[in-house]
Amino acid sequence: MEEILRILEKNGRIDASQISELTGLKEEEIRELITKAEKDNIILSYKAQIDWGKLGDGPVLAIIEVKIAPQRDVGFDAIAMRIARFPEVKSMHLVSGDYDLSAQVEGKNMYDISNFVTNTLSTIDAVQGTSTRFVLKRYKEDGTLIGGDDMAEGRLPVSL
Amino acid sequence: MPESPINRHSRVSSRVNNIPFSGIRRFFDLIASSDDIISLGVGEPDFITPWNIREAAIYSIERGHTHYTSNNGSLDLRREISKHLKNRTGNLYDPTTEILVTVGVSEGLDLAVRALTEIGDEVMVPEPSFVAYGPIVHMAGGSVIGISTSMENKFIPTITDLENNVTDKTRAILINNPNNPTGAVINREGLSKIAEFVIDNDLIVIADEIYDRLIYGNKDSFVHFASLPGMFERTVTLNGFSKSYAMTGWRIGYATGPEEIIAGMTKLHQYTMMSAPTVAQYAAKEALVNGENSLNEMLDAYSMRRRLLVNGLNNIGLDCVDPDGAFYAFPSIKSTGLSSESFAEKLLMEEQVAVVPGNVFGPSGEGFIRCCYAASVEDIKEAILRIGRFVERETNSS
Ligand SMILES: Cc1ncc(COP(=O)(O)O)c(C=O)c1O
Repeated sequence: MEEILRILEKNGRIDASQISELTGLKEEEIRELITKAEKDNIILSYKAQIDWGKLGDGPVLAIIEVKIAPQRDVGFDAIAMRIARFPEVKSMHLVSGDYDLSAQVEGKNMYDISNFVTNTLSTIDAVQGTSTRFVLKRYKEDGTLIGGDDMAEGRLPVSL
Repeated sequence: MPESPINRHSRVSSRVNNIPFSGIRRFFDLIASSDDIISLGVGEPDFITPWNIREAAIYSIERGHTHYTSNNGSLDLRREISKHLKNRTGNLYDPTTEILVTVGVSEGLDLAVRALTEIGDEVMVPEPSFVAYGPIVHMAGGSVIGISTSMENKFIPTITDLENNVTDKTRAILINNPNNPTGAVINREGLSKIAEFVIDNDLIVIADEIYDRLIYGNKDSFVHFASLPGMFERTVTLNGFSKSYAMTGWRIGYATGPEEIIAGMTKLHQYTMMSAPTVAQYAAKEALVNGENSLNEMLDAYSMRRRLLVNGLNNIGLDCVDPDGAFYAFPSIKSTGLSSESFAEKLLMEEQVAVVPGNVFGPSGEGFIRCCYAASVEDIKEAILRIGRFVERETNSS
């Protein structure tokens, strides 16, 4: 199972017959394992990673630190999920340190993001404060270097 | 222009002139001049050296580590090598006397052969074998006794063949385990038999274990030859970083063995090399200390590609024993009726796939080709398709 997941993590488009060629497992078995992993939410989604910047102005990204007041019984979870559900929030984590949530927020422009912070995020009761850092340049996302992948150039076509 | 008399004799020594230029140089030139080929002809990883190793090298330069190291290599690195070998093989090599850091296994081989053989000595080399062995022995003034192996014996030398070819001039046997080009791994039982033969004939063993980390299936199937009973005293082992850590361009490796042999090799090394590249020594240390995860990732990738290539070759009718180590498959092409060289040349011209004809690795490599699976999955698949097409045409036309 882990072997299959590692393959899929690198290439979400690979199909069962190709995985079978690589691992020697039966296609049937691979399909079953994948279906189960999808059902159990072990595989969360399949998607393409896109460098929008290549098409002109890409989206604006900000990392927003959020301080929140924990609530009785549910702690941070209820309020965190409430924030995370906004489609502007691309990823979010509860972190240790001076503040509680670290959210990556995406918008078409700076105005979009400031609008989200001032009109939406800050007005939630449990939110005690925010601090917004705009992303100036993206170097690496989800393990992929942006615009700077190493190339194995210069390997001789034959060597003994 | 008429030759002036002085040019009639070569200025290059006869010993060098006697090393034949590989007959397939033309073929290699052909490959180098054509683009758009898929190459399974390489002998090195397609991975770039893992970043932490490259970064350690950069840091060493930033810190100004740009001088010679001790002739034997930095003691730090030798200590790491010692620790690493103790963990992996059980053998304890004294970092101060039993380890020499070399400029790749290539240099280690040359030093070992020169340090161990007298002019006229014979060195046994099971073949097909790595192409440098013959010339190195020749340049040391010795001669090679090639021991043929066969597909039926999974390219592992038989004791009978060794016994039938040993003479009173035989000084050493050179064992490459896992093997380039066949991928064969000799198991403990096989090595123990060789060890017996070595003792019976009072030989020295030069063990080229450069592919020791690239083992598929049961990792314990690799045995460090010098860890067999009685073999430490008689064995010099050559190993390195080129293949395991994707570091071919760094030019670094090491030799381990009894103090007397290592001292002899160090004498030569000291006058010819001074020391291995300092920056590469820092990189090598990082590889030993923090390289295991990257190594395992590369191994996982090789393992999948190996399956793809070996099954692919078998499916298109090129029989292939399961190569247990290194990153080569060595299929038979006898069914096509072509010689290794014509097969490789025609395949290149007609389908733009480069493989290495087996005969360059010795006479018993005739009828085989070496295909390297340190290539991308896409390239391997496309290569199989093209080779399959080619084989079908050849078998139908003959
Ligand atoms: C069997 C064998 N020994 C030695 C070498 C040379 O290795 P290095 O890069 O350490 O000089 C190679 C490289 O192809 C090899 O295949």
